[in-house]
Amino acid sequence: MSEKKHTLVTLVENKPGVLNRVASLFRRRAFNIESIAVGQSEQPALSRMTIVVTGDFAQVEQVRKQLDKLIDVVKVSDITEEEMVARELALVKVKSNISNRSEIIQIADIFRANIVDVASDSLTIEVTGEEDKVDSLIELLRDFGIKELSRTGRIALTRGGRGSAK
Amino acid sequence: MKKTGAQILCESLIEEGVEIIFGFPGGALLPLYDTLLLYPQLRHILVRHEQGAAHAADGYARVKHKAGVCLATSGPGATNLVTGIANAYLDSSPMVAITGQVARPFIGKDAFQEIDITGITLPVTKHNYVITRVEEIARVVKEAFYIAQTGRPGPVLIDLPRDVQEEKTEFVYSGKVDLRGYKTVFRGHPAQVKKAGKLINAAARPLIIAGQGVVISQAYGELEELAEKTQTAVVTTLLGIGSFPENHALNFGMLGMHGMAYANMAVQNADLIIAIGMRFDDRATADTKGFAPQARIIHIDIDPAEIDKNVSVDVPIVGDVRQVLQSLNKEVNEMEHKEWLGQIIQWRQEHPVTDTREGDELLPQYVIRQIYEVTGGEAIIVTGVGQHQMWSAQHFFYDRPDSFISSGGLGTMGFELPAAIGAKAGRPDRTVWCIAGDGGFQMTMQELATVVQDKLDIKIAVINNGSLGMVRQWQKLFYKRRYSGTQLWNPDFVKIAEAYGIPGIRVERKDEVISAIQEAMYYPGAFLLEFVVEPEEDVYPMVPPGLTLSKVMELPEAAQSKIGG
Repeated sequence: MSEKKHTLVTLVENKPGVLNRVASLFRRRAFNIESIAVGQSEQPALSRMTIVVTGDFAQVEQVRKQLDKLIDVVKVSDITEEEMVARELALVKVKSNISNRSEIIQIADIFRANIVDVASDSLTIEVTGEEDKVDSLIELLRDFGIKELSRTGRIALTRGGRGSAK
Repeated sequence: MKKTGAQILCESLIEEGVEIIFGFPGGALLPLYDTLLLYPQLRHILVRHEQGAAHAADGYARVKHKAGVCLATSGPGATNLVTGIANAYLDSSPMVAITGQVARPFIGKDAFQEIDITGITLPVTKHNYVITRVEEIARVVKEAFYIAQTGRPGPVLIDLPRDVQEEKTEFVYSGKVDLRGYKTVFRGHPAQVKKAGKLINAAARPLIIAGQGVVISQAYGELEELAEKTQTAVVTTLLGIGSFPENHALNFGMLGMHGMAYANMAVQNADLIIAIGMRFDDRATADTKGFAPQARIIHIDIDPAEIDKNVSVDVPIVGDVRQVLQSLNKEVNEMEHKEWLGQIIQWRQEHPVTDTREGDELLPQYVIRQIYEVTGGEAIIVTGVGQHQMWSAQHFFYDRPDSFISSGGLGTMGFELPAAIGAKAGRPDRTVWCIAGDGGFQMTMQELATVVQDKLDIKIAVINNGSLGMVRQWQKLFYKRRYSGTQLWNPDFVKIAEAYGIPGIRVERKDEVISAIQEAMYYPGAFLLEFVVEPEEDVYPMVPPGLTLSKVMELPEAAQSKIGG
């Protein structure tokens, strides 16, 4: 079976310990969670989690079913094969000085990224987009020297009117 | 009127129909134990180790078909429950485990006897709770019993801090639960049921594999109807024993690693497997790659996560076994499979594993068979794990539901005595035999004190072969008889029993077996029999690990020649 990246979207009760319960199922089956993003959903008391893991379909499907058995998990969908909007946000602190500052800003502009902090020896850039866009920008910025990098991991919703996780 | 958290807990348990609590007190439970005195309708059975409380609750649950309750204090009390909780989890036994916790201001401070028991039991409970406010108790108890007893049953743990037990609030017990993340499908999908019916009607060599789901769902009548209407042979898993009468003409015993050769042959030659309430455990299937190679598979189970987990199936039906079988029975035709059944019967004649060898030595199989004969097959047999467990599965014939209680999934040695306590407490009307190995018995034999203190009439048979027999058997077969860590020095089990005030007999000769069992049965109270059996006797048939069910090892040739009727 071929391994690929899967995007699982879950609606969970916003209670202490829920993240632990979810993560524990992946740990038990030796999955490396590539990213996990949690935040409020449109429904009060429910959070939406977006989890990205690599595995073959049967393995991921088994974990999905196990997740669905958790009492605090209200709904879980593997939306990998569905039309979806997926975004990630990254903050990149790049070394810069007077001579290259405008060059860095130009690169950021091409990616529709924002400069959110400027210091004498660095620039902090905020970029939003799909992972490959974020990857490309980071790759370009590497030449200048990246001091710090923080990525949120993917959040995703299916396209169109139907909810994936309602 | 306001009530304390401890009172609310007790009254909620009473609302849930709890009659017995298996427990052991401690500092974090002092308010609750003080309150228990106000509720004599909650019978408290004091165990000698918390593991015993969990196994007793498990044994109780299996004979009563409702959640067993165990209670332990914080810290070591709680961690001692863990094996028993895990056992219930692996065997889908409904249980509510209640643990005391240090008072809220001490949580997270590494206080005396503080442990994160909800963290520890996360992977071995169906769900667990830490109560943080007295107002939550009634709702949490209601939810805990609901979760433990519905769908695929399992253990739920409630961690209750000491100071919450003393806080007061109004007691209101709601009849409803509101759990949006918990849903159970009871009725099988009609299209899937139709598909399954078509497969059954077209099959030439169908075979039913009945598992514990039939027992949990109490679908005995429905299973019998399916088997008889379609004249389909039935084999069972270890925990499926009792789901279908073993003396029924269509019953062909247990499949798997120590299953009957003919049961395994039937699996390997069937063209359709109807797997009902079972989960394709590796001890049942052996190597899954060569499992039932000629068969299409229908899988009926209430847990969607069991579908395609170990074996991929052709027609999955998610639902309660009883309800699914009720609709499936309407889809199937009356059939006959004379040739196929004749073939399995012929295999059974050629591979008569249920016969015990004749000879003068005291064989463990003979002991089990005589317990069957003397009790008329009416007893509840509770076993531990190992050789004695397999012999108990093979050489006693279980015609009644809830007659075979054993640790299947986790394989917990020491399960037998405390589980027998739970079974007897739950069903005082039935004869309960605890069949133990000499190894496992020593893991929990402190519960003999519980047996005496609560006047439980349990008959105990210790099958003493002087070794950890199942491990020794593997060392003999696969490690060139290099016996490592498996030879046991044993105490005098009869004297141990005597020290607890339980009469006992040591049996060393075959001709003493029947009278000893009869004496145990006549005695009005607990009785222990120690059977000193052939030390090198092994469990056959056996499918060696890693091979398919086609590779059954039967009795070694030397022993084979001594087979008698």
